[in-house]
Amino acid sequence: MGKKNLELYIHIPFCVKKCGYCDFLSFTCDERTQQDYVKALIREINYYGPMMKDYEVSTVFVGGGTPSWLLEESMQDIFTALFGNFDIRSDAEITMECNPGTLTARKLLVYRNCKINRLSIGLQSANDDELKILGRIHTYDQFLKTYEMARVAGFSNINVDLMSGLPYQTTEKFVHSLKKVISLKPEHISVYSLMIEKGTPFYDEYKFDAVKQEAGMPTEVLPTEDENYRIYKETQYRLKQAGYEQYEISNYAHKGKACRHNIGYWTRESYLGMGLGASSLIENVRFENRKDLYEYMDASWDGTNLRSSADPVSRKAQMEEYMFLGLRMSQGISRADFEKCFGVAIEAIYRDVLEELKEEELLYMQEGRIALTDKGMDLSNYAMSKFLF
Amino acid sequence: MAIDQSKIRNFCIIAHIDHGKSTLADRIIEKTGTLTSREMQAQVLDNMELERERGITIKSQAVRIIYKAKDGEEYIFNLIDTPGHVDFNYEVSRSLAACDGAILVVDAAQGVEAQTLANVYLALDHDLDVFPVINKIDLPSARPDEVAQEIEDVIGIEAMDAPRISAKTGLNIEEVLEQIVTKIPAPTGDPKAPLKALIFDAVYDSYKGVIVFCRFKEGTVRVGTKIKMMATGAEALVTEVGYFGAGQFIPCDEMSAGMVGYIAASIKNVRDTRIGDTVTEVDNPCAEALPGYKKVNPMVYCGVYPADSAKYPDLRDALEKLQINDASLHYEPETSMALGFGFRCGFLGLLHLEIIQERLEREFDLDLVTTAPGVVYKVHKTNGEVIELTNPSNLPDPSEIEYMEEPFVAAEIMVTSEYVGAIMKLCQERRGIYVSMEYIEETRAVIKYDLPLNEIIYDFFDALKSRSRGYASFDYELKGYVRSELVKLDILINRETVDALSFIVFKDSAYERGRRLCERLKEEIPRHLFEIPIQASVGGKVIARETVKAMRKDVLAKCYGGDISRKRKLLEKQKEGKKRMRQIGNVEIPQEAFMSVLKLDEE
Repeated sequence: MGKKNLELYIHIPFCVKKCGYCDFLSFTCDERTQQDYVKALIREINYYGPMMKDYEVSTVFVGGGTPSWLLEESMQDIFTALFGNFDIRSDAEITMECNPGTLTARKLLVYRNCKINRLSIGLQSANDDELKILGRIHTYDQFLKTYEMARVAGFSNINVDLMSGLPYQTTEKFVHSLKKVISLKPEHISVYSLMIEKGTPFYDEYKFDAVKQEAGMPTEVLPTEDENYRIYKETQYRLKQAGYEQYEISNYAHKGKACRHNIGYWTRESYLGMGLGASSLIENVRFENRKDLYEYMDASWDGTNLRSSADPVSRKAQMEEYMFLGLRMSQGISRADFEKCFGVAIEAIYRDVLEELKEEELLYMQEGRIALTDKGMDLSNYAMSKFLF
Repeated sequence: MAIDQSKIRNFCIIAHIDHGKSTLADRIIEKTGTLTSREMQAQVLDNMELERERGITIKSQAVRIIYKAKDGEEYIFNLIDTPGHVDFNYEVSRSLAACDGAILVVDAAQGVEAQTLANVYLALDHDLDVFPVINKIDLPSARPDEVAQEIEDVIGIEAMDAPRISAKTGLNIEEVLEQIVTKIPAPTGDPKAPLKALIFDAVYDSYKGVIVFCRFKEGTVRVGTKIKMMATGAEALVTEVGYFGAGQFIPCDEMSAGMVGYIAASIKNVRDTRIGDTVTEVDNPCAEALPGYKKVNPMVYCGVYPADSAKYPDLRDALEKLQINDASLHYEPETSMALGFGFRCGFLGLLHLEIIQERLEREFDLDLVTTAPGVVYKVHKTNGEVIELTNPSNLPDPSEIEYMEEPFVAAEIMVTSEYVGAIMKLCQERRGIYVSMEYIEETRAVIKYDLPLNEIIYDFFDALKSRSRGYASFDYELKGYVRSELVKLDILINRETVDALSFIVFKDSAYERGRRLCERLKEEIPRHLFEIPIQASVGGKVIARETVKAMRKDVLAKCYGGDISRKRKLLEKQKEGKKRMRQIGNVEIPQEAFMSVLKLDEE
C-alpha cells in the first residue's frame, strides 16, 4: 500500500548579520533565543508528525537564515525529532543551507550523522569587493576552506549559490567568479539575479537605478539590462561547456544532481513547512506559519494556532500555478500529466495563450511536453503572466 | 413658524485663490457654534475629497448659521462658499445669484490680485453689496493699511473700516460677523406671492433623487406642494424641504421668500432639473421666470474614454450626474479607432478638465483615458462652408480647406516687477502679441497680451507660476478668432496612426512638438518583444522618430522556499498592468501615454 509523497522544509530564521539585499524572514539574535526557538520548532515537529502518517518523506530542506550558525547539538535535536516523527525514505535528499564562516569540522560530522547528504553553500561572489558590497560576513578564501572541509567530511552533493547583476558588476567580473566556482566542480550551481526588494538597505540605495535598469535605460551603479542579459547568456554558455545542465531558469547541475526538493515545489508536490513563517502546500491547501517570533513560540505549545493562514487553492489557481511553476523548468510540463491532474486537455484551457507564445517563439511543444524556449526563459515573467486568468 | 426676513443675511465670500476664503468660512462657522470643535475639521465646506487634497474650492457650498449679534437679536446667516479659480467663474456667478451681499477677502501681504477684481466685478454685476476684509494680518509681510488703500484705489470700494483679521488664528472675526449684520442687506420678497425660486445648484442622491438648491425669491414651499420647473416643464410633488447644516441637509416645515435651502421631490430623471431654472407652483404659478444664467461655452475639448470599454454606459451615467451640478460641462458621444466608444467633452479650462476627470474617477470609480485637449477651431472650406472643429480627427482633407482660424484670448497678467522679463519671454514663446504694460504701483505691473488659446490650455498657468515663483496671477477672456497657419500632427506607433493622439498645432511649432511627443511616448510605452518605431507626421510626411527597443530580459530568478505568493503577485501585477493598456495593432499602449501630450512643455 503506497504512501503519499511529502517534502519537508525547516526554517531557521537566524543570521550572524543581515545582508543588504536580503528580504527573507531572517534576523540576528542571541544564543538563548535560538535555543528557545529550536525547542518550539521541535514541538511543532512533534505536533504535525502524527498527523502525517499517510505520507512518506522524499526530501528535507533546512533553509534560512543561516542554519549552519545553530549549535550542532540543536541541529542534532531537530533531526532526532524529524526521524522520530516522520517516515523519511532511506534515499531521501536532505539538504542544509550553510554560509562560509559558520561551519566547523565538528558541525559537519554532526550533519553527516543527521543523514544530511546535500549542502547548499551561499557564496554569492568570488570577488571580495563584491562580497563586501553585499554585506557578506566572509571572504572567498573562507568559502574555499568551508568547501574543502565539506568535501573532506564526505559531502558528495554540494550546491554553490552565486548572484549576478551586482552593483558595478561587468560580464568579465562575473565570469571571473563563475570560472573559480566551476574549477571546484560542485555538483550543482545556482545563479540568481540580484533583485532590489522593498524594505532592504539596497532598495534605499539603488531603487532609482533599479527602475532605470528595468526600463532598459542607462544605469549608474547596477549593470544595465543589456549587461545583465550578457551575463545570463554567458552563464548558460560557460556552465553548459563545463558539463552542467540548466534544468531551471537559475539552476544548473551535473546529471542526476538536480535539486529534487525544488523540483517538488515546481511540480506542486505536497510539502510541509515548519518553523517561523514557513509555507506549506498540502492536498491543494496553502498554509503559512506565523511570522512573529514570540507569537510563533507561544503557539507552539498546543500547536493548533501555529498557522496564520490556510487558503484552499481553487481549480483555476491550481492550473495557473501548474503552468507558471512548471514552465520554470527546462523540461517544462507534460500534456498527459496536465490532463491527469485536471481531467481536461491543456488546449481546452490554454489554447490561445499557447498559440500566442508559440507564435512569439517563447514556447515550444515536443513529444507531449510543453516548455519555454531560450528566448522564453529570458522573458519568463512575460510568458508566465499570460497563464493567469 | 415664520422667520422674520429682516433677520436673514444671504452672503458669500469671494477672494483670489489662496487668500483664505475657506479658512474664514471655517472661523465663521466655528465662532457661531454651528459645529462643536469636535466636529470641526479644517475647511469644513470643502467636503469633496479632492478639494481638501488640492486646497481649493471647486463646488459652491452653502451653510446656515445662527448668530446672536451685539444688538441682542438672533440672525440667520446663509453662507455660500465659492471657488476662486478662473475656470470656475461660472460656478461663482451661480452662487452670487443666491446672495444679497458678499465679503471680499484680500490677503494683507499680496493685496489685490487678478481674481480679486474679477470676482468683485462679478458680484457687482449681480447687484450685491460688497464689503472688504483684510486677512492674514498675522503674516510678517502683512501691510494692511497699504492694502486697504489699494482696495479703494484699484477696486473703488470703501475699505478704511475693513476688518483686519487673521482667519487662521481667529483674530477679529467678531468684527466680520457684526459687519455682515450691518453691511449686508436683508432679503426682500413676499412669502404670500406665487412661488418663485432660483435653482443655483443640484446634487443627485440615490434615495431622494435630485436635490435642488434654491434661493427662494417669492412665495413659500412646503412638503406636498406641487412644483414645476419652468424651463423643462417637469412637475413633481415636494417630499422634503430644508436648509443646509454644515455638511448635511436639515429638513424643516417650509421655505419662504428670502431664504436659501433645498427641495427634494423624488425627481429621478436628472435632465428634468437645470441649474438657473425657476421653480414655481403648479396651481399658482408666477408670471415669468427669473432671468437665470448666461449659457457658457466650453473653451477646451477633449475625448474621454473608459479604460475598460465595457464601462461605457457607466461613464455616460456619471457624466449625466455630474452635469446636474456642473452645467458648464458639455459632452457628446464619439468613437475613436484606438479607444472605442467615448465622449467628446467641453470644459471651461484645463483645471476644470482635470477636476472633472478626477471626480469621474473617484466619485464614480471609473478608469479613464483622456486625449489631448484642444480648442474649437474654425475651418473655412473651399466650398464656403465653415465648420467648428472640436475633434482633430474630423479635420477635412487639406485640399478642401481654404483657411483656418484659431481662438485668441485677451490675457491680463499681474506680476511683481522683477519677473516682468520672464513673463514676457513666456508670452512671446507662446506666440503672444504684446498689447500693453502698466505699473499699478511701484513694484507691480499688469501685462496685457493677446494669446492663442491653444497655447495656454496645457500648462501655461503652471509655467507662469514657476517662472514667477508663484507671484504672477492670470486672467483671460475670449477675444475672438484669428486666421492662422495650422496643421494636424499625427502620431504613428508601429506604423499605425493612433487617432487619439492627433492634435492641431501651429505650423511652425509642429516639428518641436512632434519631436518632444515622440520622446515622451518612448518613455511611456513599455518595451515589447519587438522594436516599435514612434513617428510624428504632418500631412503624411514624417517629421520626428523615436524607437522603443525590444525587451530582452524579464526574469524573476529568486526562489522563496515554497512561498509562491510573491511570484504570483508579481505575475499578477504584470498582468494587471496589461489591463490598463490599450491594444493598437500589436502594440499595447498604457493610458498615461494618451495624457503625455499634455506634459510636452515641461522643461
